[in-house]
Amino acid sequence: MTVGSSLTRRRYWTTRRRDQLTAYVFITPALLGALAFVFLPLVLVVWYSLHEWNVLADTFNFVGAENYRKLADDPNVPAVLRATAFFSIGLVVLNLALALLLAVLLNQKLRGTTVFRVLFFSPVVVSLLAWTIVWGFLLQDNGGLNGMLDAVGIDGPNWLRSGGTAMVSVVIVQVFKNVGLNMVLFLAALQGVPVSLHEAARTDGAGPWRVFRSITLPLISPTILLTSIITVVGSLQVFAQISVLTQGGPGNSTTVLVYYLYQQAFQFHAFGYGATLSVLLFGIVLALTVLQWQMRKRWVFHEQ
Amino acid sequence: MRRLLSGIATVALLGSLTACGGGDDAGSDGPITLRMTTWSSNPAHVQLFDSIAAEYKTTHPDVTVKFDALPIDNYTTTVTTQIAGGNAPDIAWILEGSAPDFVASGALTSLDDSIENAGDLAPAATALWKQDGKLMAYPFSTSPFGVFVNTDLFKKAGVSLPSSSWSWEQAAAAASDVAEKTGKQGLVIRDFDYKDWTNLATVFRGWDAEAWSADGKTCGFDQPPMVDAMTFLHKAIFTDKAMPAPGVAADFFAGESAMTIAQISRTSLLKEGGFGWTLVPLPAGPAGEYSVIGQGGLGVLKKGKNASAAAEFVKFFTSPANSAKLAQFFPPPRQSQLNAETLAKANPLLKPEQLQNVVIDGIADGVVKPSHTGSAEINQAVRSSLDPLWKPGADVPGVLKGVCAAINPLLAK
Repeated sequence: MTVGSSLTRRRYWTTRRRDQLTAYVFITPALLGALAFVFLPLVLVVWYSLHEWNVLADTFNFVGAENYRKLADDPNVPAVLRATAFFSIGLVVLNLALALLLAVLLNQKLRGTTVFRVLFFSPVVVSLLAWTIVWGFLLQDNGGLNGMLDAVGIDGPNWLRSGGTAMVSVVIVQVFKNVGLNMVLFLAALQGVPVSLHEAARTDGAGPWRVFRSITLPLISPTILLTSIITVVGSLQVFAQISVLTQGGPGNSTTVLVYYLYQQAFQFHAFGYGATLSVLLFGIVLALTVLQWQMRKRWVFHEQ
Repeated sequence: MRRLLSGIATVALLGSLTACGGGDDAGSDGPITLRMTTWSSNPAHVQLFDSIAAEYKTTHPDVTVKFDALPIDNYTTTVTTQIAGGNAPDIAWILEGSAPDFVASGALTSLDDSIENAGDLAPAATALWKQDGKLMAYPFSTSPFGVFVNTDLFKKAGVSLPSSSWSWEQAAAAASDVAEKTGKQGLVIRDFDYKDWTNLATVFRGWDAEAWSADGKTCGFDQPPMVDAMTFLHKAIFTDKAMPAPGVAADFFAGESAMTIAQISRTSLLKEGGFGWTLVPLPAGPAGEYSVIGQGGLGVLKKGKNASAAAEFVKFFTSPANSAKLAQFFPPPRQSQLNAETLAKANPLLKPEQLQNVVIDGIADGVVKPSHTGSAEINQAVRSSLDPLWKPGADVPGVLKGVCAAINPLLAK
């Protein structure tokens, strides 16, 4: 009997099962973290979005799809989505183009490139709030930027206060903040492009532009995909810059989705509707990421 | 099977985590700690609060009071988020803008039995804090707005100083003159910054304009008094250059402007040996003299863990003796303490006539800054629909009509 049971036990703990257990034990901390701080909140947000939650009056009533109906009828939502799209597209296009340009320039074997690499990367390690607050001072009507423009005889606009320039200013502040990170990723990718391919192309008579377009660009396309996903997702979550620089104004011109949901949930105490807006944000981020992932088959040439 | 087990283990672990979070509740008889949220981390204020709490502990050894200073910019947001997260403070300061929300929501316990000699409170001071005749929060600070004047800049510009009875026309002319001659800014409406428009009440009340009717249902922005007041303001900013334009930063207390409209509690920002200054009442508008007050209330939250002990402490904190101590920073609502003598002891920087003109008269007939239930949403709608006003050549009546169009649905809620 004892022999039999120990035999079955021994048979149960096969090497395979023991390896599996070890693996589960190893991933448990990360899994618990993800469950507690990602999946659980996600489920709760969806749950909250089906309720009307008045914190002060201490009422939490199930309202079904009421918040989603409100979302469909909310006159502010189209403007908010437009502002979000403007910000994201502006940021992604400018950021990736500038990052790639800098990476290509700094990939040359010239003296001093290290200095420039450090220079362009340094904003990434600056605290986001400090960076934004300083830019806030620079962009004031009587601030540093207009002071410099004044010195060369240009009457600069009131950057953060006029509808036309506020969003552009916020985008540019954010581009300068993070372009270094993408630049470094591009640099790494560029250095991974085998020199032999360039030499072969040149031997075949390709000019520099042709080499870049037909050799370099396809080979770094996985990095372009990666940076574009990171940048798109990051751009949809922009908050601190808006909160510090414009508070969504002038008018509603810089009220992006995250800022609008912050206003609804935390300033207007409409937690249920705020949760509904974050479900919308989640849907948009998910859809865009899936789309980009699908498109990789078309424009990512080289994938390992 | 193992997947199921690990699932159960996860849930059990999460459960124990949350149980730990809520487990530090003290028994009803044991020692308790009351938490009071404030928006002041000024060391002098904190020292006074702590000394009041220490004195309370001598008679109530089981009660410790902790003052939790939160940044004022996000004060209401932080408090409501704490309430939502099940971590409500026992006692909270309440900004006047969110007073109707707190008072009407039922989040506060009535303080009728927790205020000594409640008949002494000035009716103008308590009006905002009452619900169906019950006092839901105690207006510990009732601070009138006045005009601080940098006398050094006025002298440098050769402009005569404002007297205690002056008009908005004179104020704008003086501000414009000093600004032009000194290169500094003229008159700054403190904390307005083209965002917190409620501070503009310190100007438009002079035209008898109001943001909305007393019952909160009718928009006042498109009414003739508001149109006149905003036309005046627009001209002062963009034509006379009497006030800083949007996006221009100027801090009166750093010597960057000739005058500022601010609450008298800002006196503490004036440094010894800085520039020369004086304090005068708000200028008279076409509708005559007026005054505006900003308030801070103090309420006991029902959702706090020790509401009755909290109400007990509030009784002590707001007693006549402690009110007199608090008066050095926060003008009290107690009429018996609203005399130049008591206030002069507490505010050595202000002269008796300044206290009489600005503080005592101001509280007696002051109008509180605009407030409404759902004020955060309304304020945001007003701010964004007022933005088109803040440029040269704006169509003032047109913009103000737009403000009413934006807030009418919210006022009707």
